Amino acid sequence: MAVVLLPRSLLALFPGVERRHEVDGADVAAVIAALEGRVPGLRDRLVEDGPRLRPHINVFVAGVPADLRTSVGTDDTVHVIPVVSGG
Amino acid sequence: MPTSILLVGTPKGAFILERAADEGGGPDDWAIRGPLCEGWPIHDLIVERGGGALLAAGGSPWYGPAVWRSEDLGVSWTHSSVGLTFGDDGGTSQEPIKTVWSLAVTPDGAILAGVEPAALFRSEDRGATWSQVTGLTEHESRSTWQPGAGGLILHTIIPHPTDLQRTWVGISAVGVFETLDGGATWEPRNQGVRADFNPDPHPITGQCVHKFAAAAGEPESLYQQNHCGMYRSSDGGLSWTDLTANGLPSQFGFPLVAHPRDTNTFWIIPLNGDDRGRYVPGASAAVWRTHDRGDTWIRAGDGLPQQDAYLSVLREAMARDTLDPVGITFGTKTGQLWHSDDEGVNWQLITRDLPEIWAVEALILD
Repeated sequence: MAVVLLPRSLLALFPGVERRHEVDGADVAAVIAALEGRVPGLRDRLVEDGPRLRPHINVFVAGVPADLRTSVGTDDTVHVIPVVSGG
Repeated sequence: MPTSILLVGTPKGAFILERAADEGGGPDDWAIRGPLCEGWPIHDLIVERGGGALLAAGGSPWYGPAVWRSEDLGVSWTHSSVGLTFGDDGGTSQEPIKTVWSLAVTPDGAILAGVEPAALFRSEDRGATWSQVTGLTEHESRSTWQPGAGGLILHTIIPHPTDLQRTWVGISAVGVFETLDGGATWEPRNQGVRADFNPDPHPITGQCVHKFAAAAGEPESLYQQNHCGMYRSSDGGLSWTDLTANGLPSQFGFPLVAHPRDTNTFWIIPLNGDDRGRYVPGASAAVWRTHDRGDTWIRAGDGLPQQDAYLSVLREAMARDTLDPVGITFGTKTGQLWHSDDEGVNWQLITRDLPEIWAVEALILD
């Protein structure tokens, strides 16, 4: 199973949810769908109409920038990281 | 003892201020809590009818739009955006929803939400799930809708107080619409309202409504602060009369609130003009009120800075409570929150250190 690491600002929206998850999923979309099963509402925070990743959400699979169609291997680590922006 | 509550929306989260309702006095009497809603930008806050839950309309630049809900006066919050979507097909033809801009509760307890880009959503389960009121966005004028400086936003929602079939909405820069059939179809309500920035200054739609409100208990009496004038309607928006020439210093401004009991009284804060800096005229702050439906106006600046005050007040950033006399509160783009205990005659500064203030709502808890 892939390991997914969620950002602090996302965890704050879902009290009690852990940062680290082990999930099955052939691609990023499937990984997020699996997370939605554990954390209802989480997909809406990461994915907008299209569907596509929200513009200011970066996902990395094994350290490489990814989109929803990017394949995820069973040994991969998936980082979800909000872009550095704001004011 | 009754408690005065102020709900404040800012780009850095919601804030709640409280004090004893009969306390009067100065700024130190108000206790401030925040930022709430995890620091999300919050455009509007309301109180749910009956249960008293707080609802906050927001949109995160990272995590998208949501409606926040608190059952314990802002101590803890949940959020939902289930159904707040144009769908994956819609996402290819127009921008996804950026933020929730406005909220209202209907007489039968449903919640309405206005979003950017402009559309209306309805929740029958206290904000847990949402469905689009497609009749509005399927209006024949939709392809012509253009954004104002704040975006293409549905910022004002006024449900009829007794007729569930009727609701008015305001969209910038599109104008006022009314439904007479529960949202299935919508009619523009902009006759008499100018669009000076348009080659045709009297289009059917395309007016830049900034804010409008209904007189208490008299829903056919509407007051509208527009980009191009201050208007009154006596027929539910079928026609509008410009009141600017009745002594106002400017046709331009954003906020407007109506008295909770007196149908003749409402308050506005004129700004100097859309191309002149959008601050209070002469850099001298004042709230203007009428007691005769806009036929005459009274300027009130006592307590407010009368020189070198380059203050702006946004459309949702003024509110009134239900006390007698009525308390009025407004917030500025530079983070100052001002309050009047005497219906807008005299003013006191509550705080000068909040973020840019987008929204103010006032309520009294017994």
